Amino acid sequence: MIFRGKVHKYGSNVDTDVIIPARYLVTSDPAELAAHCMEDIDPDFVKRVQPGDIIVAEENFGCGSSREHAPIAIKASGISCVIAKTFARIFYRNSFNIGLPILECPEAVDGISAGDEVEVETSTGKIVNLTTCKAFQARPFPEFIQQLILAGGLIPYARERVKALKKCR
Amino acid sequence: MGQTITQKILAAHADKDQVEPGELVTIKLDFMLGNDITAPIAIREFKQIGVDCVFDKERIALVPDHYTPAKDMKAAQQVKEMREFAHEYGITNFFEVGRVGVEHTLLPDEGLVVPGDAVIGADSHTCTYGALGLFSTGVGSTDLAAAMALGETWVRVPETIKFVYYGKLNKWVGGKDLILYTIGKIGVDGALYCSMEFTGETISFLPMADRFTMCNMAIEAGGKNGIMHVDDTTLEYVKPRAKRPWKVYASDSDALYKEIIEIDVSEIEPQVAFPHLPENTRPVSQASDIRIDQAVIGSCTNGRIEDLRIAASVLKGRRVHPDVRLIIIPATQEIWQQAMREGLFDIFIEAGAAVSTPTCGPCLGGHMGCLAEGERAIATTNRNFVGRMGHVKSEVYLSNPAIAAASAVLGRIGSPEELN
Repeated sequence: MIFRGKVHKYGSNVDTDVIIPARYLVTSDPAELAAHCMEDIDPDFVKRVQPGDIIVAEENFGCGSSREHAPIAIKASGISCVIAKTFARIFYRNSFNIGLPILECPEAVDGISAGDEVEVETSTGKIVNLTTCKAFQARPFPEFIQQLILAGGLIPYARERVKALKKCR
Repeated sequence: MGQTITQKILAAHADKDQVEPGELVTIKLDFMLGNDITAPIAIREFKQIGVDCVFDKERIALVPDHYTPAKDMKAAQQVKEMREFAHEYGITNFFEVGRVGVEHTLLPDEGLVVPGDAVIGADSHTCTYGALGLFSTGVGSTDLAAAMALGETWVRVPETIKFVYYGKLNKWVGGKDLILYTIGKIGVDGALYCSMEFTGETISFLPMADRFTMCNMAIEAGGKNGIMHVDDTTLEYVKPRAKRPWKVYASDSDALYKEIIEIDVSEIEPQVAFPHLPENTRPVSQASDIRIDQAVIGSCTNGRIEDLRIAASVLKGRRVHPDVRLIIIPATQEIWQQAMREGLFDIFIEAGAAVSTPTCGPCLGGHMGCLAEGERAIATTNRNFVGRMGHVKSEVYLSNPAIAAASAVLGRIGSPEELN
């Protein structure tokens, strides 16, 4: 998939509580969650975000809670992809499981500023800053993650796995 | 090359002789967990998989502990979805209000997780159970959904960082201070994607409560799991509770570690983590003149009977500062009853504290003690992110129960030593 959008840039340790505060976790409706995405770190985010936009952040993006509501809120807000130097590990898993593309690329994070227009090809990890005409290459996904993406996420993968396990029994 | 305890447990659950860091393996799971925030999404996703039963009715716990007793209609609806799912699929470990406790205290206390297990939970603090010499880690709802159908999950075998604690603990210093100090030293991503193995002579003298507290906060350093070795203290705790047989694993002496960090605990004072990250730790003596509006003693970090006894020893015969609200939350019904029998509630109530039924409420700014704009709290909980306990312009300071109790009396952050 190729995505193109404007960049919303954040620092290190953006935690799941600021991505979607606990006071909104009495629902798991994506649209309701998206309405409060990034509220405690960037109250204007929901007014500013356009479909296809990209979040770029420094280290340890998504640290804290296991709440899948965080990547769900980001995805439902219209964000097409998140690029960070590193991701917290539960957020990393959750993003693949729900189909939010994420890329680890420290060089791209250093070479992209807020408001830049960026193009991302998620299958190859190629990132191009269209504002500065600089290109970057994200780390490739582990093979199993690629299989998960090809299967369409964890639930379709689990569906196939259930069938395979039944055959063996 | 030898294997670490984490590698050995993962290898055993992947039907392999050994596994290497970085390897992706599918492991069979012994137990799994969801709560009233994460389970509703897991249930919805589970139904998309198209199976007519869960992998094992007795190896799933559904624990409505975050917004319960239901704080509003939406919270009630989420628990209703869990309750109906538990009934429909015959899941035996659904804990109704009145029998529920804070999940990470409840599961080990009920003997549902035992040494040698591989456990996942749709809650980041699932790493708590590593104190029993088992592998446990937090995942999201979709991972839980797939695991409820398959009884397995995929994991990347982590590298291990070994922490060796030695020396004698100073007064009022416990497991909470050791882990806050450690996170202060390595940072909130200091153990990203890694296993944190806590060892050393100091650990062998720690009670289980303190060990659970340390493993609980592995996630606050970015760790995949926290883990300790099984010893007599572990077995004394496990034996009367275990609902299943257990198996003891230990790291080989020639196991390969990413790093070995040695910590002399005799140099550690009680710690306070300043807003807005658990890594912003300082000794309590350097936390002077920070006035507080609220103190919270409880949560999956410090809501055990040992924690309540420490709080009571500080509060006995004293009064909470007139400008402070002190909220005390025993983590389970069993702990509640024990505290009542020991007369701890008399001490708390005479001091002017509120005692609550088990809930995670205030820890995540859910209910039972949210903060208003500009307010400050000291809490024995595990996170102090922006807006964690309520208003985005409120502040949370993390500490052990003795410091939280003393601060409630002083009206500012301070140590029990200042009360004499």
